Amino acid sequence: MITLENINKTFRVAKRQAGFSNAFKALFSREYEHIHALSNVSFTINEGEMVGYIGPNGAGKSTTIKIMCGVLTPESGICQINGLTPWKHRISHVREIGVVFGQRSQLWWDVPVIDSFELIRDIYKTDRIAYKKNLEELSHLLELTEILKTPARSLSLGQRMRCEIAASLLHSPKILFLDEPTIGLDAPSKLAVRQFIKELNQKNGTTVLLTTHDMQDIEALSERILLIGKGKILLDGSLNELKKRATNRKTLIIEYAGKPPEICEGMSVIEDKNKRIIITLDPDVISITDAISRLSADTAISDLSIASITAEEMVAALYREYSI
Amino acid sequence: MGLYMKFFSMHLKSQMQYKTSFYFTALGQFLASFTVFLGIYFMFSIFEEVEGFAFSEVLLSFAVMLMAFSLAEMFGRGFDLFPRMLGNGQFDRALVRPRSIIFQTLAMQMDFTRLGRAAQALIVLIYAIPASGVHWSPDRFFTLFLMIVCGSLIFFALFMIYAAFSFFTVEGLEFMNIFTDGGVQFGRYPFSIYGEGILRFLTFVIPLALVQYYPLLYLLGREDSLLYMFAPLMGTIFLLPAYGFFRFGLSQYKSTGS
Amino acid sequence: MKKYFAIFHIRFVNTLQYRAAALAGLSTQFAWGFMLIFSFAAFYRVNPNSFPMEFSHTVSFIWIQQAFLALFALWFWDDDIANSILDGGIAYDLVRPINLYGKWFSTSAAKRLARAVLRCIPILFVAFILPAPYRLILPPSLLQFALFILSTTLGLGVVVAFAMLVYTSLFYTVSPSGIRVMVMVLGDFLSGGIVPLPFFPAPVRNVVELLPFASMLNMPARIYSGSIAGMDALSGILLQCFWLAALVLIGTLISRRVLKRVIVQGG
Repeated sequence: MITLENINKTFRVAKRQAGFSNAFKALFSREYEHIHALSNVSFTINEGEMVGYIGPNGAGKSTTIKIMCGVLTPESGICQINGLTPWKHRISHVREIGVVFGQRSQLWWDVPVIDSFELIRDIYKTDRIAYKKNLEELSHLLELTEILKTPARSLSLGQRMRCEIAASLLHSPKILFLDEPTIGLDAPSKLAVRQFIKELNQKNGTTVLLTTHDMQDIEALSERILLIGKGKILLDGSLNELKKRATNRKTLIIEYAGKPPEICEGMSVIEDKNKRIIITLDPDVISITDAISRLSADTAISDLSIASITAEEMVAALYREYSI
Repeated sequence: MGLYMKFFSMHLKSQMQYKTSFYFTALGQFLASFTVFLGIYFMFSIFEEVEGFAFSEVLLSFAVMLMAFSLAEMFGRGFDLFPRMLGNGQFDRALVRPRSIIFQTLAMQMDFTRLGRAAQALIVLIYAIPASGVHWSPDRFFTLFLMIVCGSLIFFALFMIYAAFSFFTVEGLEFMNIFTDGGVQFGRYPFSIYGEGILRFLTFVIPLALVQYYPLLYLLGREDSLLYMFAPLMGTIFLLPAYGFFRFGLSQYKSTGS
Repeated sequence: MKKYFAIFHIRFVNTLQYRAAALAGLSTQFAWGFMLIFSFAAFYRVNPNSFPMEFSHTVSFIWIQQAFLALFALWFWDDDIANSILDGGIAYDLVRPINLYGKWFSTSAAKRLARAVLRCIPILFVAFILPAPYRLILPPSLLQFALFILSTTLGLGVVVAFAMLVYTSLFYTVSPSGIRVMVMVLGDFLSGGIVPLPFFPAPVRNVVELLPFASMLNMPARIYSGSIAGMDALSGILLQCFWLAALVLIGTLISRRVLKRVIVQGG
């Protein structure tokens, strides 16, 4: 179980100004800015949960993860993970967690992947039988068997990410932190990674915390979402709840012939070109049936579809709402 | 230790992937120290001695310092490359692994191309040991051994201080070169030639003279006191403040993350 | 010309940003200079008569070397250029309507100049007010000083042109980092970076003084103190001109070939 209570974290950053005279001034004095990376961040994640942690760049996602991994110490606040405080009991804590930093590799560039795995086994002092069992399972699920003998430098990005994930799980951690695990991957690799994470969570009951910018990750994986912006937790709830909260507007996509349909109260046009119009409407003002009959009154409609917003749009709406 | 050997063989495997590059770089390292040797040789083709030290005696101190430095660079490379490991996140990776930070920093980087320097040192040593006119006895060989081992420990401590500074700033680390690169560059001559003040500084502040000048006097039979023989061991006390500073830097890093 | 100046200006400002680095570099060079002078002084004490330069000339040589390290040190490596050749990043440069050799040359020279300007003032200032044997003396005459400025400019040109040659030929070598270390190390030694050329044994020295490396640090630093004066200085400067022209010519040719290769390989 993971509990964070009122975690605060501030960074000091040197200001750098443009221009020749400022550069010269900086030789002698320098101004600093204090950035509140996290303010009073609190949440609880239960064992076996899978949580998506989202927010724009610089919102504090990585800082939170680094605190939970024991890399950073917060200024104040409590963080308990399986009864341990990460920055106080670093070694016993990290034994129980796995971390994937999506943009940074832990594999050795020039040696076969399997050698990296064996080194990791020795670093974690994983029991050989358990390691073997894990390796077999992971190779099977992530389809690694073919590539284990290949040096990391010759792997494709997707293959490498699968290996990275396996490397973080060889010591059977109870908790897995994934920092942008699907970044830069092609569609099949993304699907494979998502599928695997889902299974890991369902079968082994591994707790997963995942940061991502890819909302399809969230849609496919997380029941629960934490939204962070400017260092504050803004929302904590299920994907559906959030969608409702973000907006209950419906979107109509209409293809028509002849003159464009007439717009009335409660509708707004998003796009209208090539005889295709996209309209959003507020169901509190006008019902969908009413809207369709009003729209089709004077216009010949050749095709019509109704969509609720995608996760992508939801997040954009949330970011707008909180102006982050 | 087993794990360290595992890392060792991984590094060896990795570096042997690029054999040509490896040999060329090692050769470059050799050449770099060879030009320094040539410089000494040229000076002694004009002068007989310096501050009472003849060519072959100076070569002893040159070889000892070079050997000590190349060992420190080979095995303490992690501390030498520390700013880079901080920058590219390798160090964060170390922090999420259940092993000591010092151990991982040591194990994560090794640079065998430094064998080029070590080879130069070895060649000069092989020449200087008989040529220096030292009456070699077991205790003198032991002194020579202490000079090299403790010397590399002191260089290692300097790398550790350098790494500790990089927790605070990435700029301005260059000044540590005075002691690391400078130590080996100027350690080619016994430190006494630079004058009283420098010698004192290198005795009490950065104890490089304890692994070079004083034990050299013992080797050459100019001092008999065991104090001179065991001076290198005293020098290794320098590891303590270096380690303390590193721990301090680490705690700073964890709270600022800068 | 304006384009080149803009590049120069950006470089200059960027370099100034690194204040701590500059201060650190400064103290390093001071310590370095002093240690070198002390070691030469120790030899001088042994036998002043066999000292092949005047001691004050040696001192000046060392301070000039330290003050203008950034101008002449071969091991100052322009990573931007070297990497863009090695990893094919020059593809981006090729899009711009600019002579690539000229651009690199000016960027490289600007980087060196920016660093040097920042560092030489305090070093020269302190070196001038040091006590007697360690002091940097003024050049013997105004003419000599003018020759020094000329020689410094040419020296910088030769260093940059040589470095460019190395960057571009890295493209053809199996081990860029290895070759780089070897060339830089040898070059530094042959330009008097470890011991000034007068300390080289006569037969070696006669050859070394003709090499392009002697046109780098060696020439301006010795002209400054008057260790090379009169006709010797003039012929030295002519030699510098020759090497500058030759290196730029070869460099341009090689860079053209490399560019063609890059285009063929698609970057």
